[in-house]
Amino acid sequence: MPRKIIYERTPMAKLDPKERVKTFDEVALGYTEEEALKEAERCLLCKRPPCVAGCPVHIDIPGFIALIQQRKFVEASEHIKKFNPLPAVCGRVCPQEDQCESKCILGKKGEPVAIGRLERFVADYERAQGEMRLPEIKPPSGFKVAVIGSGPAGLVAASELAKMGHKVTVFEALHEPGGVLMYGIPQFRLPKEIVLHEVEYIKRLGVELVTNFVVGKTMTIDELMQEEGFDAVFIGTGAGLPVWLGLPGENLLGVYSANEFLTRINLMRAYKFPEYDTPVFVGERVGVIGAGNVAMDAARSALRAGAKEVYILYRRTKEYSPARIEELENAIEEGVIFKELVSPVAFYGDENGWIKEVELVRNRLGEPDQSGRRRPVKIPGSEFRMPIDMIVNAIGQRPNPIIAQTTPGLEINPRHGTVKANMKTFATSKPGVFAGGDVVTGAATVILAAGAGTDAAKYIDYYLKNKDKPGIWDELYHME
Amino acid sequence: MCIMGYKILQKRVLGPGSKMMVIEAPYVARAAKPGQFIILRVHEKGERIPLTIANADKKNGTVTIIFQEVGKTTIHLGLLEPGDELRDFVGPLGKPTEIKNFGTVAALGGGFGTAVLYPLIKGLKAKGNYVITIIGFRTKDLIFLTDELSAVSDEVHITTDDGSYGMKGFVTHALQKLLDEGRKIDHVFAVGPVPMMKATANLTLKYNIPTTVSLNPIMVDGTGMCGACRVEVGGETKFACVDGPEFDAHKVNFDLLSKRLRMYVKQEKVSLENFKAQLEKAKEAV
Repeated sequence: MPRKIIYERTPMAKLDPKERVKTFDEVALGYTEEEALKEAERCLLCKRPPCVAGCPVHIDIPGFIALIQQRKFVEASEHIKKFNPLPAVCGRVCPQEDQCESKCILGKKGEPVAIGRLERFVADYERAQGEMRLPEIKPPSGFKVAVIGSGPAGLVAASELAKMGHKVTVFEALHEPGGVLMYGIPQFRLPKEIVLHEVEYIKRLGVELVTNFVVGKTMTIDELMQEEGFDAVFIGTGAGLPVWLGLPGENLLGVYSANEFLTRINLMRAYKFPEYDTPVFVGERVGVIGAGNVAMDAARSALRAGAKEVYILYRRTKEYSPARIEELENAIEEGVIFKELVSPVAFYGDENGWIKEVELVRNRLGEPDQSGRRRPVKIPGSEFRMPIDMIVNAIGQRPNPIIAQTTPGLEINPRHGTVKANMKTFATSKPGVFAGGDVVTGAATVILAAGAGTDAAKYIDYYLKNKDKPGIWDELYHME
Repeated sequence: MCIMGYKILQKRVLGPGSKMMVIEAPYVARAAKPGQFIILRVHEKGERIPLTIANADKKNGTVTIIFQEVGKTTIHLGLLEPGDELRDFVGPLGKPTEIKNFGTVAALGGGFGTAVLYPLIKGLKAKGNYVITIIGFRTKDLIFLTDELSAVSDEVHITTDDGSYGMKGFVTHALQKLLDEGRKIDHVFAVGPVPMMKATANLTLKYNIPTTVSLNPIMVDGTGMCGACRVEVGGETKFACVDGPEFDAHKVNFDLLSKRLRMYVKQEKVSLENFKAQLEKAKEAV
């Protein structure tokens, strides 16, 4: 008998906006068992599932949803982990609306299956069970791989390589693993305990994690390969360098890069000062420049840390914001004020060097640019000043140049500082060295980095097994 | 790869409020060069603070740090004893000093800045420079490291603000005196409080002597990702952690540096008072 199609998705509970702005507790509460079952029942378990094609790590989505329908929640989580070792993270921060869910058949007439929420549910369910069962790990290959950076790209590459039997060491510059998952994405969107739990899973696969180690400073890539005997290297160092506007007054006190503000709050837990030693300054009237996910994170963090008014200062209009709709809505619900069609011109401070005012110029929307979004065009003479006592600059990040500067033979794109790599194999210009994630693409999403980690692992494995084959590197670097 | 637990092997009191520690950190020691720094955390809720590498012993795998107990973290650090482990210790960070044969070099250390002169002077001597070391302190009781510095310098001049030892005045006065005597100085290095570095820069600019200063802004990650440490050099924004910490003294905006160093004065006070209250409580409990 054909099942009745349900076009509406099961809602997920969220903390009340008035309450949640007072804490850093997680906003989205996740599905209960009943809700998860109800939502899973909506899935048609397509024979040729379009959703899988929309997933950068190719998770067998109908496969795990079928397991939920059978109430095999732990098995469902384990099934996802065959493709992605970070389900609790990705279930929370992936832009599913642009990926798997955008391809769902149900989305044509109604709402797509809430794949992300289901992924999160099974991962949380498994974690709550306390048991961590490991997948099959192949016998030791004898090869050693160094993974640089413990963000999503590095963690996923490391976990895939470990399952293939390679000895993997992940090097992290900061004192905690997780990269942007720890320093960038706030607690209320991605609790740090969850990141550390998924890191623990990757360690159990046999991956060695070395924190406080800055590759390029503590040891170079050449030293790792020649002296420490690593057979291959994967660079997954992300895009951690803030981009500045280069405007007058940018070095005033109270002007933060989003990276600094968020690192203080997230990695250093400055919102718990003085229990934690690291301080953070939070103004009363805060301006956040930019309207991407990082800008939303900064704005919402500022509110929680005590700011009275928080403005998003955006050069286009809301509809062109690159942030996830869900996060944009959350920010507005919480009271973040959107100021559209303005660009900063200069910052003005008091005699002690603290920011007091921002000068803005109004824009109108012009012709679409390469991204298809209408370009902001400055309106001459429309400059005005706005009193503000803190600015967070969230206009973007670039890759950190430390590796580029210390690795002879590694080609870099001069314009964006990204590492040049073959888009299929992730091989760089330097034999034995692969790179993937934001360091190659420029700042993007967690799941695209994870996808790069998965795919790179396959070619690293192929390289290790064919290392002595003549011309192997040319083959990888130039593969179509 | 085995990274050991950053154990404190030795501790020495250099003077009131200043201490030296030798830390087990073989990978840092192996790569360290003069002018570079480390970042450490004392405990799991601690902040990250940068400290200049005062010495690196590659053979024994140790790094020497010298610090002044001025805030919560450094006071806490000073309470640790040999055998204790630091929570985190990462480096070497920053660019090494560009050391070459300049000819005659004056190395100026103001108060606590003196701590970092040792590896610099050793490096300068190794390149065949004639090194005149000038160190200044507020008063006689605060003077430290003179024996170590004398051993590696060609000349050592000491000043005190109150005249209780050596020449009365600042290091810039001693440098001025040498210049008045007609001594030819080819390069100046200055490390110390911002006003001391600024005064040095003003003086050497008049004499057109190239001068290098080592800046000490607030930092978080120390790898170029946050920009807490941004300084203005020649009208351009630089990150002290990756572009420095050493810069051309004649191009540095010292006033901006002074202001930015005061960003968290209020919070630093709260943190320190809290910590002192905790220590009192612990004492009472004993």
